[in-house]
Amino acid sequence: MEFLIATSLKLAIIAFILLTALAYIQWVERKVIAHVQVRMGPSRVGPHGLLQPLADVIKLITKEGVLPPHVNKVFYLAAPVLAVFMALISISVIPFGTSITIMGHKTMMELADVNVGVLVILAVSSMGVYGIALGGWASNNKYSLIGGLRSSAQMISYELPMSLAIAAPLLSAGSLSLRKIVNAQHGSWHLIPHWAIFAFPAPQIFSFIIFMIAAFAETNRIPFDLPEAENELVAGFHVEYSSMKFAAFFMAEYANMVTVCCVATLLFLGGWHPLWPVRWGSNFAAPAIFAFAGAICIYHGINYVRPFDRITLPAFGVIFFGCAGLFLIPQGVPVLTPIFWFLAKVSFLLFVFIWIRATLPRFRYDQLMSFAWKFLFPVALVNLLVTGFLVALVS
Amino acid sequence: MVDLLFFGLFAAVAVLCAINVVVQKHPISSALSLVGVMASLAVLYLLLGAPFIAMAQIIVYAGAVMVLFVFVIMLLNAGIEVRRGRSWMATIFGIPALLGLLGVLACLLVRWFPDAPIVKFGDFPGGSPRDFGYALFTQYLLPFEVTSVLILIAILGAVVLARKELD
Amino acid sequence: MPAIPNGVPESWYLALSAILFVIGVAGFVFRRNIITVFMCIELMLNAVNLSFVTFANHYKQVSGHIFTFFVMVVAAAEAAVGLAIILTVFKNRSTLNIDEVDSLKN
Repeated sequence: MEFLIATSLKLAIIAFILLTALAYIQWVERKVIAHVQVRMGPSRVGPHGLLQPLADVIKLITKEGVLPPHVNKVFYLAAPVLAVFMALISISVIPFGTSITIMGHKTMMELADVNVGVLVILAVSSMGVYGIALGGWASNNKYSLIGGLRSSAQMISYELPMSLAIAAPLLSAGSLSLRKIVNAQHGSWHLIPHWAIFAFPAPQIFSFIIFMIAAFAETNRIPFDLPEAENELVAGFHVEYSSMKFAAFFMAEYANMVTVCCVATLLFLGGWHPLWPVRWGSNFAAPAIFAFAGAICIYHGINYVRPFDRITLPAFGVIFFGCAGLFLIPQGVPVLTPIFWFLAKVSFLLFVFIWIRATLPRFRYDQLMSFAWKFLFPVALVNLLVTGFLVALVS
Repeated sequence: MVDLLFFGLFAAVAVLCAINVVVQKHPISSALSLVGVMASLAVLYLLLGAPFIAMAQIIVYAGAVMVLFVFVIMLLNAGIEVRRGRSWMATIFGIPALLGLLGVLACLLVRWFPDAPIVKFGDFPGGSPRDFGYALFTQYLLPFEVTSVLILIAILGAVVLARKELD
Repeated sequence: MPAIPNGVPESWYLALSAILFVIGVAGFVFRRNIITVFMCIELMLNAVNLSFVTFANHYKQVSGHIFTFFVMVVAAAEAAVGLAIILTVFKNRSTLNIDEVDSLKN
């Protein structure tokens, strides 16, 4: 009974945080790409455009949802549902931190600690192909069909190097449960943490790079986003979708991005373990960063540029100092600090995704497919063989 | 009790989706119903203590083989199947006979084994990936290697068959 | 009304496997579209997989799972080659109806 209450509570919290984060990742993306391109990005709707996602949601909900008469209605309506469903399921096996004890009941920081957690993530990402293939086909439009088929072929081609890149750190971790994989990466020698990319017999740096490249292709992000680019094939498989159905595909893409960043953090970057050891003061990294952000806000609030900066920036400064104080409470430290490190690493990987989107051009489709089968797949195989050989040699 | 509930739910879903595979006119509806059958069978494998096989079913069968089927249906633009020469006699007598046969088969199976052991979730811990991999790479190593040659032959066959003719 | 057991007896899993197999056979015999016939073959293979996993649970051995794995692998290989054959037949005959692929008939 307690288990059910705890799980429902965790489900509500994770769902709320995830859906809000999806909207705000889009805000971060627009701001970062804008600053890379030396322009401002959304800045009108709220302070620094922070209410822009809200405006977008209102626009998408109130837009007229067109149901074209020539589509196959059942599959046209089912495709975005399927895409979002699969994208959100994979969050349920991702652990965010250590355990938390509320009122005597101890619960782990994840929805379900499945002992084949890695396989669940692979399974759900395999099933995500259906949403896109059906969306492309049901639109009864030759451009959508080609875009949908290309996107599905790309996703299943890159699943192979991704699975092989995932298999390599499992050899040293010895388990398929995501929590046990992270627990195998605790500790450090002197200043280098025991993360999988620095592991002793076989540093998993190549697996990490292969996984990130395959992740870009799995989530249809630049440089692999030919099937859904705006100026290719008239936006590919989602050209016939409008308002909320289009928003559903977009939400599915960002949720997939979050999932692969979380999986990369858990498998390769040590999950919630800190970058340098605790005895060298890594518990003070979180309050230090928040205090720094608060100081910047208050400084810019005092030397304000726009009239309402007098109010909003010091308010943000106070909020940041409050968060810094939260990380200094002794009871909260073992619970909040792992979550901070996990979210910091995931945010860094999301920033890398957005950075690459702003920087690189996109591959042509045949270059993309030959890169998967002729280069990435053999490299992933060789990497797995070398890792296995080194692990067997040492143990 | 919860076992019974899950079994009842997913067995019903599996049978309904299987009937849908056979009954639907458009091949894509049949393909998606088959995916539904495979997903509910994966849950039943989990109940039977086979987590690795359940995930392999979804990754390999539902996530790769059925995607291939869906691709081919989309590429060939397969339409609704036109039934010609349909005999009403076969339908009126055939479908009840089939359902009767199924019912008799199921009842016989249940009646012949009245005290079959009860399957509880968690009573077979030997289906984990570790035990599976251990058996696969020690006792069943030869079939494993032969299977990899089989897959290679299948890849060669598929590539040769689906190639464009060089004129 | 027979007593409802407090768990699921294995015979129910075997009955489900038999039902799925018979539905697969019915589809294989009655449908005319090549791809649907192929999908009914996959349905039969899945029913057999369920049987194997049930008996693996009964004898508490993992060999049943290994056989299921091999059945899945062979089904995947068969699907690849079979679909390539279907594509070739479609290219040459422009039909997916197995009643019309009968040039070897008298």
